[in-house]
Amino acid sequence: MNFKKIFGEINIVSQCKKYHLPIWQCPHFIFLIMGFLIFISSLFAYILGNRYIQDPLLVALLTIFLTGVFFVFGFILVRGFENLAEANRLKSEFVSIVSHQLRSPLSNLRWVLELIMSGKIEPVSQKQLEYFKILKENSDRMGELIKDLLIISRIETARLPIRNENFSLGDLVNSLITDFKPLAEASNVKIELKEEKNLPKTFGDPSKIKLVVENLLDNAIRYIKGKGEVKINLKHQKNKIYFEIEDNGVGIPKEDQKYIFQKFFRSENILKYQTQGTGLGLHISKYIVEKSGGKIGFKSQEGKGSTFWFTVPIK
Amino acid sequence: MSKKILFIEDESALQKTFGEIFKQEGYEMIPALDGEIGLRLAKSKKPDLILLDLILPKVHGFDVLKELKTNEATRDIPIIILTNLEKINDVEKALELGATTYLVKANYTLEEVVEKVKKSLGDL
Repeated sequence: MNFKKIFGEINIVSQCKKYHLPIWQCPHFIFLIMGFLIFISSLFAYILGNRYIQDPLLVALLTIFLTGVFFVFGFILVRGFENLAEANRLKSEFVSIVSHQLRSPLSNLRWVLELIMSGKIEPVSQKQLEYFKILKENSDRMGELIKDLLIISRIETARLPIRNENFSLGDLVNSLITDFKPLAEASNVKIELKEEKNLPKTFGDPSKIKLVVENLLDNAIRYIKGKGEVKINLKHQKNKIYFEIEDNGVGIPKEDQKYIFQKFFRSENILKYQTQGTGLGLHISKYIVEKSGGKIGFKSQEGKGSTFWFTVPIK
Repeated sequence: MSKKILFIEDESALQKTFGEIFKQEGYEMIPALDGEIGLRLAKSKKPDLILLDLILPKVHGFDVLKELKTNEATRDIPIIILTNLEKINDVEKALELGATTYLVKANYTLEEVVEKVKKSLGDL
């Protein structure tokens, strides 16, 4: 081990950056605090020993012994933390690498399918087209999952940049409603938008907020059983823009509500109706909204429907 | 004479797919499976447009882009980046180096990519 490496190990700030953890959760910082505590306890042991034990040799031995015990204990504890942090970092890296590697073959698959389905190579029969559509839908689903996993790994490694610029949330919502029209019509769902006039511009990252609205809109449509209605409300609230989306879908059971923003969580009743979905959308949405300086929440009743809302700041 | 598109991409599945679709659209596609061949063909064949992947064997896409944009013989050829790298730094770097458009593969359908190519060639 050379000096540079030793110095690198001592440099707590750079070590903590490696794990993408706040400093008070970083193993190296905890070790430093532990060392400080060991020093204080040894000092106390010495002072107390000096006062109540006559033999100075015994005092010295006791102090050394206690320091040693504290040190070993602290070291084992911190090592455990370090291993956990390292495992977590490796997991995020792994997810990121695998997702990236999966993307290329998936793009190839998707584009080859699109070429076949276009009938430009040779005519495709109606029956064949039906099956190609199934393949296409499934490859799209895989694509969505990979996209979500990549976002999650970027969130965990603190590499999801959120930019700030002025944009119109109203325009964004309107264009997404147009994009979702085919899915809504196919699901027999009506989307209604109530937008306050002359809404001020929102300050945030339009591409990330788009993901949030997409997730909420997608959930609202997908979790409606049979015919239904999705109502979106956009209004100005003090120094924020308030977005609300209400559906008359399956709703979230009360006991599941506290887990709804957790990663990979999918409610029991949803699993009954919808097998699709990754349980990542709301987790990602919460992160984005909070990082943008807003808040997100919901109220829901099983069998009646859910209302999700979020706010984003105005500059 | 049909317009020439140089496609620098190491995935042979994509070479085949785009070769077919560009033929249908009336273009001549020149395939290049790595950065080195890509650079050579760009200089010798004088394509009307280059579609360039970034993660390439032999010479990295960014180096190919840099070389193409500094070489007098090739610097006016429009270059569309077609990659799965989507970090904002990569996008900014490519546009700074002179790429015309930056497309992330996962976000576009085949038809949309062809449309972008046609637009860059002034055919749409």
